Amino acid sequence: MRILNVLSRKGERSAPPQGADRPGPARGGTVIRATDLTKTYAADGVEVRALRGVSVDVNAGSFMAFIGPSGSGKTTLLNLLGCLDKPTSGRLEVAGTDVTRLDRRHAAAFRGARIGFVFQSFNLISVLTALENVEYPLVMVQERPASERRARVLALLDAVGMADQRDKRPEQLSGGQKQRVAIARALVTHPELVLADEPTANLDSETAHTIIALMKKMRDEVGTTFLFATHDTRIIGAAEIVYTLEDGRLTGRREQGA
Amino acid sequence: MGNVVKIAIRNLLRYTRRSLLTVSLIAFGVVFVLVFVAMTGSFKEAIVGSITDSYLGHLQVHRRGYVASIESLPLNLNLEPAQLAAIQEALGSLPDVAGASERIKFNAMFSTFVETTGLRVTAVYPDREFAVSPKLPARIVQGDRTPAALARGKILVPELLARGMGIKVGDTVVVVATNKDGSVNGKTVVVSGILESATGPGGRDGYIHFEEAMEILRMQGRETTELAIRLRDFGQIERVGAALRERLEGRDAGRAALEIHTWAQLSPFATIATLIDMMALFMKVMLIAIVLISVLNVMIMAVYERVREIGTIAAIGTLPSRILALFLVEGVVLGAAGAAAGVLGGSAIILALNIWKVSIAFGGARQVFVLGPRIDPYEVVLASVLVIVVSVVASVQPAVRASRMEPIDALRHV
Repeated sequence: MRILNVLSRKGERSAPPQGADRPGPARGGTVIRATDLTKTYAADGVEVRALRGVSVDVNAGSFMAFIGPSGSGKTTLLNLLGCLDKPTSGRLEVAGTDVTRLDRRHAAAFRGARIGFVFQSFNLISVLTALENVEYPLVMVQERPASERRARVLALLDAVGMADQRDKRPEQLSGGQKQRVAIARALVTHPELVLADEPTANLDSETAHTIIALMKKMRDEVGTTFLFATHDTRIIGAAEIVYTLEDGRLTGRREQGA
Repeated sequence: MGNVVKIAIRNLLRYTRRSLLTVSLIAFGVVFVLVFVAMTGSFKEAIVGSITDSYLGHLQVHRRGYVASIESLPLNLNLEPAQLAAIQEALGSLPDVAGASERIKFNAMFSTFVETTGLRVTAVYPDREFAVSPKLPARIVQGDRTPAALARGKILVPELLARGMGIKVGDTVVVVATNKDGSVNGKTVVVSGILESATGPGGRDGYIHFEEAMEILRMQGRETTELAIRLRDFGQIERVGAALRERLEGRDAGRAALEIHTWAQLSPFATIATLIDMMALFMKVMLIAIVLISVLNVMIMAVYERVREIGTIAAIGTLPSRILALFLVEGVVLGAAGAAAGVLGGSAIILALNIWKVSIAFGGARQVFVLGPRIDPYEVVLASVLVIVVSVVASVQPAVRASRMEPIDALRHV
């Protein structure tokens, strides 16, 4: 089943404040414009410069990976791009909005409308079933009517191959199944951007390949931009653009054939 | 909101044992408060009913200054006929008044021709007294229980004296008293009944006919020591008392000649009733403490254990206000479940107490108070609202903490 039909109905975008209500960029347009981003924080009284003047543009529909050794700033950069954190300096526009000016509430609303997250440890809510986990953002974030939620969630679960496991709780699912559910949850709000921090780190090789293929399929069908922070060579191999980070600086950019 | 409640319930059920323990604790507190309030309320009702229906009446009218010197039962502070007429006129205008009984009260010597002792005599018109004190006949443990027991020439003798002096129904005794002019007079009367004290053994109060007292005290006119009043509705005492005061105490050029007292102003049991109310209040304070501590504990633990989850739901866009609501609702659900269980448990216990008929007898008194505890809907609503409000208050701090978590920090939490 092609999920594009389900995810591209008219009027489905929620209306959070400050830029979240603007139409998203067309595929190929710029979804992220980061200019000279720095991030400095104190750890045990020592100033750590996690990012040092990172500038990057991300086009809509990209399948892009940030790689680099531990401590290079991958996760910090992903957190900034995901509006989970604010840069110390620099300019950052996501989907046309200057996200550095959003307060906590508006940043949350922006994330709920525009950004999906896939975590290394899946981060599913243990008391909810697979279906309810996918449905959660539509209930608690976008407050969609039940009829619409149902159709969208079932279509996504079907698309990620979890329709028959929908009534199981996370503890009853394997790692790969959990990550499929997490991907469905990330996509259910029709985000323009999905950020995935080491999404395959807790998966075996075969499952990791399947998950990467699934995300690429989603990108192909829905047009969602996928950004990864990863060490995983399988993701690096699948990414169309790979940025290398070292000591908080972008030191390389490589375009690859998909 | 329904979804928030649903998720809140799921969250509580993930720690089933802890949640059940908390709900049980709250329920126990609610049960305790409801049963305590029902039992003490019933106890108060029984005792107050006994006091007012046996001898005190609901309201009493005296001449000013009489109550202050009531221990000596002075005869020079009796109501004059004109005052009595004014009182009766005022009572006639109050539809809540069911009846009134004139009484003469005086100290007397009581003799069996062999032994003599002191006696406090209350002289009444039997029909009116039985109407104002409907439980008086029940106190007659031997002899005639009809108004005929207080016909002219008859006396109801307190049980304590009867036992001590070996008096039986039908015996002839002498009542001797000094009137307000200092003149001593006595009359022989026949014992028509033995009277149990209204508040257990220890009473020295006897009853004779009103006109018998007038004769003993050589009264020229119809003087009255006090007028005891019974109302149709016990709950109207304060209102009727205020209306009577307005009508009577303002007479005589603004200088009040009369005093109107409620039963509570005349009986020391009113202090005990106040103490019981204070104990009930203390129980409610304890309930607040139980709910506050138990809900606060559970919610603090819930936030601590779910930091990563809070980070996740915040990261995917849940507004801080929604996270706040989620945790507040968890606290409210805990409180509401505890209140509901407590109301059910309390109702069951009170029902059982009504079936088993709990009774209380004071000292050696024959009068047994059968308690009929019942739940006042007001108390149920008050206890439930109290529990829920305190649950919200207890949840505020953990909920605010959860809503203010930075997702990036929460997601790093191990």
